[in-house]
Amino acid sequence: MKVSDLVEKLNLKVVSGFDGLEKEVKGVYTCDLLSWVMSHAVKGNVWITVQVHPNIIAVASLLELSCIIIPEDIEVEDATLEKSNQEAIPVIKSSMNSYELCLKLSQIGV
Amino acid sequence: MKIYIDLHIHTALSPCGDRDMTPNNIVNMAKLKGLDAIAITDHNSCENAAACIKAGKVAGILVIPGMEIQTKEDVHSVCLFRDIESAINFQNLVYNSLPQLKNKPDIFGEQILYDYSDNIVGINERFLLTSSNLSFNEACNLVKKLNGAFIPAHIDRNSFSVIFNLGFIPDNLPIKTVEYRNYEDLKKMKDSKIVKPDYRFIKSSDAHYLWDILERESFIDVDELTVSNIIDVL
Repeated sequence: MKVSDLVEKLNLKVVSGFDGLEKEVKGVYTCDLLSWVMSHAVKGNVWITVQVHPNIIAVASLLELSCIIIPEDIEVEDATLEKSNQEAIPVIKSSMNSYELCLKLSQIGV
Repeated sequence: MKIYIDLHIHTALSPCGDRDMTPNNIVNMAKLKGLDAIAITDHNSCENAAACIKAGKVAGILVIPGMEIQTKEDVHSVCLFRDIESAINFQNLVYNSLPQLKNKPDIFGEQILYDYSDNIVGINERFLLTSSNLSFNEACNLVKKLNGAFIPAHIDRNSFSVIFNLGFIPDNLPIKTVEYRNYEDLKKMKDSKIVKPDYRFIKSSDAHYLWDILERESFIDVDELTVSNIIDVL
């Protein structure tokens, strides 16, 4: 499944990093401590986090994560969106919380 | 000149700070320990800084007004200012960015305000032990705008530290100095290249009790023993 497929299936909103929408997704990881994510998430993961600091893009790019989903309609900093465009890491927003997102992602087979 | 410092000390205004952390107890303990300068850095507040500066003048020790801010990423950073006015300006911004909650003293501890003679002059009723809505980057830039120093706190701790919560120190910010607590832990981080070696590393106590205050072990070089000279270096 591609990032664009899950966006369509769950009716999510892509806010930046559109160049990365054709990436393949493989599994989901959710955690808000970036040091922990750096040592535990794996390539292709959809990453759900409430952190919106520009460092999230660096972490996603380093680990080759497929995209980042920001839950609960949290406002994302401009610097983060800019970096996400540069690195082609889609940043996706949702009104659901992390748990609800995990359930939905599971239902569509991610 | 080489001066001995401890730039991260809480008063009893921090809910987790001991009741004995009064202006005179702090400055006199720091003086006894042989320090030349200290900073008063309560959680999200500077309200006891002026009393400590005054008490410090009497005791003969330099006191820098500061705050330990908790930004929205749950990261703690020490913010130091050249004068009390700048500190209060920053405090107003932080107060406006805190959730409008009241402290629960029975759970978190009291938030006590003192005058320079250690008389209790009030209780801060805001809930201070929480995250401001300012981001790490925003707080850093605001402190710099006020000509202060922004020092990520206890980067070697496994909670409330920029490294633990944000993975690494963002390198596009005007940060020269970072704070650590334990040299062995810092060394491990430097060896594994989690933190770049080109920062100035200062040890601070993060004292919540009088006996936590550092002895003469953390020093910097300054031209003159003034708040401005210290902040210039940091």
